[in-house]
Amino acid sequence: MDNAILILHGGLLSTVQDGGRFGYMQYGIPPAGAMDKFSMNIANLLVGNDANAAVIETCYLGPHLLFQCDETISITGAQANVTINDQPVSMWHSLQVQKGDVLKMEPVSAGLYNYIAFSRGLDVPLVMGSKSTYLPSKLGGLHGRKLQADDVISLGEIKKEVPQRMLRKERIPVFSKERTLRVLLGPQDNHFTGIGIDTFFNSVYTITSASDRMGYRLDGPPLEHKKGADIISDGTSHGSIQVPGNGLPIILLSDRGTTGGYTKIATVIAKDICALAQMPPGSRVRFQAISAQDANARYRSFFGQLEDQLITIGEPEFSAKNEKVFHVQVDGRSFHVTLRQQSKK
Amino acid sequence: MIFKHALFYPAGDQSLVMQFGDIIDPLINARIRSMVSAIEKTPALQIIDILPTYCALQIFYSPLVTDVDHLIEQLKEIEKSLLMQSYDDAQIIEIPVLYGGMYGPDLEFVAKHSGLTPKEVISIHSERDYLIYMLGFTPGFGYLGGMDERISTPRLETPRTKIPAGSVGIAGSQTGIYPVDSPGGWQLIGRTPLKMFDPLKKVPVLFKAGDYIRFISITEEEFVRIQEEFASDRYVIQFLKKKERRHG
Repeated sequence: MDNAILILHGGLLSTVQDGGRFGYMQYGIPPAGAMDKFSMNIANLLVGNDANAAVIETCYLGPHLLFQCDETISITGAQANVTINDQPVSMWHSLQVQKGDVLKMEPVSAGLYNYIAFSRGLDVPLVMGSKSTYLPSKLGGLHGRKLQADDVISLGEIKKEVPQRMLRKERIPVFSKERTLRVLLGPQDNHFTGIGIDTFFNSVYTITSASDRMGYRLDGPPLEHKKGADIISDGTSHGSIQVPGNGLPIILLSDRGTTGGYTKIATVIAKDICALAQMPPGSRVRFQAISAQDANARYRSFFGQLEDQLITIGEPEFSAKNEKVFHVQVDGRSFHVTLRQQSKK
Repeated sequence: MIFKHALFYPAGDQSLVMQFGDIIDPLINARIRSMVSAIEKTPALQIIDILPTYCALQIFYSPLVTDVDHLIEQLKEIEKSLLMQSYDDAQIIEIPVLYGGMYGPDLEFVAKHSGLTPKEVISIHSERDYLIYMLGFTPGFGYLGGMDERISTPRLETPRTKIPAGSVGIAGSQTGIYPVDSPGGWQLIGRTPLKMFDPLKKVPVLFKAGDYIRFISITEEEFVRIQEEFASDRYVIQFLKKKERRHG
């Protein structure tokens, strides 16, 4: 096959994901989609795609890929050593690869999820409007499952040349194992005692190893309900903090079921879900309440200006392989200086 | 209780819950159904998705195109002028079921537990129309209300590891259809030859919240015939209006 990538090694849990499957929740279809939307959005913008286009999401250990055509890619998300033909390459950067090149990813050194975006786009079927893989129902992505050795994924037609860009250094996320997550209280905060609410906001919770794309289970002081944890089943959100009878919170994430029968004390805001998704088991979180209006404003300032976070580092006719970016300060002002050798072809 | 006006709760920075009451009641379901169709006719809301449940309607939006206060204002306006859809407009979907035998291995147990004959269980199970309160749990699974208490039976003590798609079961006083192969502990009394969930169809599930399901008892020959017709797109699913209802 011409426009394609061959998977040489699948990695631990590599799946096709996009912005999520919306419009079908009333039929019980979960949205799925990328765990860290910020990293997924930036990966796409770096290769000239729509921010929510399909990418390969990897968890802890990424895949080895063989390119069967020239392509522009980018890799974002968790900190990891990435090589092309055994030469280290930068993350958060547009990268030119050529036919026959091999991309390899080592296990992450911080964070959990990586995103590989492809300028031609991943040519897998659109299922209910999305290419996201939902593993529990074997839906979407490549045959509804994770990638494995010998899989071939077709890429789309060649696009116009993509400007070489990178994410501003100061915008690259810091992958911390301790974090305060901003939440909106409710919808069922009134099912908890005053002590329960106080415990929630004044305790540190540890992410346990029983965590996956469906949700992160927390360990810490149990939260006290007024009259039990059961409610008449209702809907869930991305970031819902569900508290079953044992009082220990579970933060529902991309692969959550659309409905659930337990009280939900609060919901993590979208920006902080991106950070949370990158926290491995053993990480510690606290919670802080903000208002719905404040949360909407933060969403807009974070997700509304992603393009502005990127800077151009080269013109399309130059190869990224033979260039270096230097950061220099002149009179207190910061500059990115790119040195490059013109491509020989 | 049923609330006079819906209450609004944020469910994160991209979602809003409209709560219509705190009990399971067909009247609440009817209000939610009416609200869903009013919202679907109002593209100006610019929402991403809606999710009707037993007593609430959850709305998903992008803060890049709208905000929580504006959305609540618009939804309150819609609710004020809401025309209640009459029950007679509700849709009934006929689901053919082959009861008993290898397709309903627990029919005998349900009969014994209820002090009835298998035939009586079939007739009780298929004589009512069941309101679909909501879908959830797994793609295409409908939460049905209104099963006759005479055939209510506890779940299996040891759940089965694989229940074939289309299986019709009973768990306590609930009944339902497994849309996809899945593990589960329901007492299986029959199976439908219809495929309840097909991700490649434009409308992937045969029914939605607010519709009714009517089970029709069929023979093994009919099962095979319907299965073949359904697979080759020749089977016509029977949709009726609620006014043609039997009991329910």
